[in-house]
Amino acid sequence: MDWTAVGISLLKAFLVFFGVVNTVPVLVWAERRGSAFIQHRLGPNRVNIAGFTLLGLVQPLADVVKFMWKEDYMPSHANRTFYLLAPVLLLVPAGMTFAVIPFADVLFVAGREIRMQVADLDIGILYVFALASLSVYGIVLAGWSSNNKYSLLGGIRSSAQMISYELALGLSVVGILMIYGSVRLDQIVYGQGELLFGVLPKWGVVTQPLAFVLFLAAVFAESNRLPFDLPEAENELVVGYHTEYSAMKFALFFMAEYMAMVTGAMLIVTLFFGGWQIPWISSEELRAAVGAVPTALLQLGSFSIKVLFFLWLFIWVRWTLPRFRYDQLMKLGWKTIFPLALANLFLTGLVLYFT
Amino acid sequence: MPIDPAHVKILKAEDIIRERADTEAWWKRLYLPAIAIGLGVTIRNMIKNLLDPGGLPTIRYPEERRDYGDRFRGRHYLKKRPSGEPRCVACMMCATACPADCIYIVAGEHPDPAIEKYPVRFDIDGLRCIMCGYCVDACPEDAIAMTKEYEWASYEREDFIWDKEYLLNWRDEKVVEDGYQPYEGEIDKSRMSRGTL
Repeated sequence: MDWTAVGISLLKAFLVFFGVVNTVPVLVWAERRGSAFIQHRLGPNRVNIAGFTLLGLVQPLADVVKFMWKEDYMPSHANRTFYLLAPVLLLVPAGMTFAVIPFADVLFVAGREIRMQVADLDIGILYVFALASLSVYGIVLAGWSSNNKYSLLGGIRSSAQMISYELALGLSVVGILMIYGSVRLDQIVYGQGELLFGVLPKWGVVTQPLAFVLFLAAVFAESNRLPFDLPEAENELVVGYHTEYSAMKFALFFMAEYMAMVTGAMLIVTLFFGGWQIPWISSEELRAAVGAVPTALLQLGSFSIKVLFFLWLFIWVRWTLPRFRYDQLMKLGWKTIFPLALANLFLTGLVLYFT
Repeated sequence: MPIDPAHVKILKAEDIIRERADTEAWWKRLYLPAIAIGLGVTIRNMIKNLLDPGGLPTIRYPEERRDYGDRFRGRHYLKKRPSGEPRCVACMMCATACPADCIYIVAGEHPDPAIEKYPVRFDIDGLRCIMCGYCVDACPEDAIAMTKEYEWASYEREDFIWDKEYLLNWRDEKVVEDGYQPYEGEIDKSRMSRGTL
């Protein structure tokens, strides 16, 4: 057994997981400060360590301390098993989904070929969808087991919403799969490295602009973010499925939501914005110019910048748009996005058949 | 000119909505351009506020204070005579005028016949007081007035009962501007409504 390879795999898994988990407090910070500035407020800026507030970045630390020490309350008639299981069921898929996302080109170091993704699965995107649809169980169970009508309503809404938008999510990607001819995410990213008509990078957003818009909407709905955050709809359902959760269990839901956002952003970038590709420069040229490791780092940087932009877009949209009404949400999902995704599929098929 | 009812068109809410949907340009009904415009608005506001955080309306409270007007009705104080005694003559006008019934006065006989009475006790219950300032208006001796003090949080209910000594002397401990004071000018009686007084 090749222990070095095992070690490298473990290291990759560790780094990626902790990278994503540590994005969460930064995102919470960006959300709170960003929303504050959008709304002419200042946001959290007072927590400090020895006088350093780091623009408010210390606030998440204080939040964690608070979550740790708050009373861990459990409603009296809750179903204990499922009540405790639900946050885990939500967090585990959220923490596994990004395993297949490639974050740089293959790295050749010391005669080894290191793939810059945790798991190089043949099923690629299917794995992502499979796990993403698992997260609905966490939400439904949380809503049902906490024995609260608002939680239950939130859970029910969430299941309907996620099932409806998963369809759109899956269909809008099929066009991409047809063009790049693979469900492996690394193959899709390689495909996007080419140039279209010699000028434009062959990114998914260029070849499938309609699919991009539909996918973006579906990802928003899948991650339960505004304008599709009906499962939590605080003015109607308190906060929906996690109403009865407190302390660290609530924090798990919170983390799962933000991790789902990170996954969504990574997927958007991988499928539609060339993943780790730096436009107009191929990996070979980069490797020849700066060497193997800096190439990987540059591509990682390119990937991160794109992902951060989309994470910001999630926050930005949340503080811009009002929430949809439930029937509007369903109407949009089934009567607009679904037929458009089908039409897009048909057109893509036609174009591919005749070229 | 009277409106001819035959020319009045009554619109229902649905009609208005439908009319608007029909007349709007197709690209507006796509919803996406509107989202783009909205995103532009939010990002513009955010950048503006990031570049000029001082222009935000937020008052950073313990360091910054709101500037209240001179008629601000904060905590009361009792005015003193030059001798240091209260100017109050325990006439009970303020206690009578008080709509919250929060002033408690016990009168005593003053050795100086020109003063006649003085308050042995003068308590204001700060938790009952509604800060209306009627006591200030009622006082014939100009003995009670208000300040701009509003920071009187405490853990004990007893701390909100301000006795005579406290009302006379608390301003020695904390520098606070004068708030609502008795009116000193002429009263324009022609502007008073006839029903009152």
